[in-house]
Amino acid sequence: MQITLKVKRYNPEATSEDKKSYFQEYKVDAPADSTVLDSLIQIREYQDESLTLRCSCRGAICGSCAMRVNGHAGLMCKTKVEKALGKNNVILVEPMGNQPVVKDLVVDMSLFFDKVRAVEPYLQPVGPEPKEERIASNEDMLHLVGVMSCIMCGACVSDCTVLEMDPNFLGPAALAKAYRFVADPRDGKTKERITEYNKYGGIWDCTRCMECVQVCPKGVDPMGRIMMLRTKADELGTKDYSYGVRHADAFEDSVKKGGKLNEAELVINTFGFFNVPKLLGMLPVAMRAAYKRKMPSLFHKSIPGVQSVRRIMSKAHEVEKVQGKKPMPR
Amino acid sequence: MYQHDVLVIGAGLAGMRAALAAQQAGADTAIITKVTPVRSHSNAAQGGINAALTHLGDDWHEHAYETVKGSDYLGDQDAIEILAQDAGRSIIELEHMGVIFSRGPDGKLGTRHFGGQQRARTFYVADITGAAILHVLFEQILKAKTRVYEEWFVTSLIMEDGECRGVVAMEIKSGKLEVITAKAVILATGGCGRVFEPSTNGLIVTGDGMGLAYNAGAPLMDMEMTQFHPTTLKNNGILMTEAARGEGGYLLNSKGERFMEKYAPTFKELASRDVVSRSEQTEINEGRGIDGCVLLDLRHLGREAIETKLAYINEIAIDYMGFSLADKPIPVRPGYHYIMGGIKTNVDGLTKIPGLYAAGETACVSVHGGNRLGANSLLDTVVFGRRSGEHAAQMVKSKPAPKVSEARVQQDEKHIKALLDRPANGDSVAKIRLDMGNAMTENVQVFRNEQGMKTALADIKKTQERYKKVAVGNKGKVFNTSLIFALELGFMVDLAEVIVAGALARKESRGAHARTDFPDRDDVNWMKHTLAYNTENGPKLDYLPVVFTQWEPKVRSY
Repeated sequence: MQITLKVKRYNPEATSEDKKSYFQEYKVDAPADSTVLDSLIQIREYQDESLTLRCSCRGAICGSCAMRVNGHAGLMCKTKVEKALGKNNVILVEPMGNQPVVKDLVVDMSLFFDKVRAVEPYLQPVGPEPKEERIASNEDMLHLVGVMSCIMCGACVSDCTVLEMDPNFLGPAALAKAYRFVADPRDGKTKERITEYNKYGGIWDCTRCMECVQVCPKGVDPMGRIMMLRTKADELGTKDYSYGVRHADAFEDSVKKGGKLNEAELVINTFGFFNVPKLLGMLPVAMRAAYKRKMPSLFHKSIPGVQSVRRIMSKAHEVEKVQGKKPMPR
Repeated sequence: MYQHDVLVIGAGLAGMRAALAAQQAGADTAIITKVTPVRSHSNAAQGGINAALTHLGDDWHEHAYETVKGSDYLGDQDAIEILAQDAGRSIIELEHMGVIFSRGPDGKLGTRHFGGQQRARTFYVADITGAAILHVLFEQILKAKTRVYEEWFVTSLIMEDGECRGVVAMEIKSGKLEVITAKAVILATGGCGRVFEPSTNGLIVTGDGMGLAYNAGAPLMDMEMTQFHPTTLKNNGILMTEAARGEGGYLLNSKGERFMEKYAPTFKELASRDVVSRSEQTEINEGRGIDGCVLLDLRHLGREAIETKLAYINEIAIDYMGFSLADKPIPVRPGYHYIMGGIKTNVDGLTKIPGLYAAGETACVSVHGGNRLGANSLLDTVVFGRRSGEHAAQMVKSKPAPKVSEARVQQDEKHIKALLDRPANGDSVAKIRLDMGNAMTENVQVFRNEQGMKTALADIKKTQERYKKVAVGNKGKVFNTSLIFALELGFMVDLAEVIVAGALARKESRGAHARTDFPDRDDVNWMKHTLAYNTENGPKLDYLPVVFTQWEPKVRSY
């Protein structure tokens, strides 16, 4: 079938700015069951040798060919032409986001790997090394296969909405990798790891937008892993130094108390009543809210029937206990 | 100009394992790779890694014997003994590093069955074993803070006074050439799968290390021994792991018969790969195939087993064929997968050139001989990767840093400039590569004969001539993949010639080299390794006796 690939080009060696970055359309005859990568390779081999992209395995295991197709990141070797076709048989192909472009569809992934490095991404067992293998349950190992399926393609980092605003965020791939060690029964540094991941830029900065879950080509579920790390942080009682845990607790307490959220109380309970610097830091937010007439009332009245809300909440906790489920990730 | 004690080229399993060993032994070590470590093709190894673990009741002798038998008695038995004896500690070492191997009910390492072996001794991580080990070795490289030159392409080995003193390499991002000197260079660049079309191998698997060594004067060994994997997809050549049969999958012909019962009554689908591929090809040739394929049927394993133990190939089936392996059998056929041959090394990875080592698929120790057993390749990479790294690190201790003139880059700069300056002539690197791949697949296949191989040789010579005139379509400096492909093709057209020359000369059938005009194994005349040296008139062949220790050649049956 005749299709058009509209490809975002970037040539840093071009003499003028308008020649550096532009869109180029290629017409390709694509077999029905072919992939977008097949088309890109066909262009590169037979139409335009200067079209630059990374690819290798063609089987969604090497992680080289992550790009944006029609605005969302994915592996081109896993993206069927048929499914990607838009209006007038056009497919839009662009380099990944949140990472600087080197040339055409090739991005500089050093930011990606810097973040992976930052989570101490290697097993840190404690105690003497046994002569034989470390004993572990097959169930635990199988659970880890899900995270180890990450091929570091960068799709999640490309489309992470937090990273777009704050490059300090460790991001979905690195945190999923972090979870791989926290969930490994052979690792002995869970507490130290969680302490690190609790900091600014860590697990509490995810806004749960689900983008990483949607674009991950390997079903790694990075956001889910971040939520599991939050649960772990809660379990480990890191309340004393984790605003994230305290924020979650304060949220629950507030709803339990009045049946709805009391924002002012939330801030105070998260940071602590005597934490003047942090509270002062929130003043501009409060002022902006006041200016937009969004300032919550400082005096909070419980909603009618608040007892019912409390009953629902305690019932939910009971059910969790009975079913042996871990508390809901927050 | 950069300087290291040990420089490893390639960051797959063999490369990273070698680098870790060299660094742990105190050498200043660096890795240079044309991609990023986790993109290396070791990723695509699916099924597992073999080892006879004594504490699990296995015996390395059995593993060694089955490897010897699998090699059709062309493997060197001293090397195979080292491979099998070192396997146990290599698996434990990987487990300690963090590989999430599958477990048995007691929490100890679990195994699955693999081809050519009576006992289940293949350790695995679902069907992503290669990727799971590659990523853990990468973790260890990050932990060790090893210097990695990522996305650098080696254009030549620096040869002075008959020894290797480093490399000239291009930083792909800038197009700049640099000298990197080293007291020892370890080639760990994998196979040369793109010589064939189609191939299970990734697009980066272009035999660079073999080409570099061959150009520098090191002999290649047993290059005619190319493995065709019995279960690959027809269109794109993508691999369906042998673990599918290890877990109990059937191979069926168009009549729905489990035809392997006929060819290998004892091992059936789990005979060694050369045997299964020949059986499939025979079924197809005799009209019992389906559209050039046979069927791999896993339905009886049940959805749950398929979705946990074979999740990745199931994902491939869904992505590329549109159905789950739990619902339908999948058409497969023999496809080019692996080369048993490679750069001739000793058991410490040392090639015939002082200062130059090789490990993994790029090397030929030889532990695989005429046919490699499934799950022995990952083992080969970690065992001989480590040995090379350790030996190199010892060797460099007493060696002064080589003095290489920075002007050495000019040689390669001139070569590249000449390549870029060629005028367009309507031909292209991609077209030549495809013609070479097709010529090899057509006539240097599962079954071979003199006439076909002569045709292939003539075709390959034509591609060599065309290569001398082909233009590079992109002249830029930054990330010029077009130039890289041209350089890679230069290695491949020569390697293709070596493969065909060796195969034409070997007038017998042994392991993966099956000739219809010489259907029998000939131990009197051909129980020997082929060596190929690079000369101006193409490869010059020589031969080397096979090393025997305890296993006399027998008729091979499964």
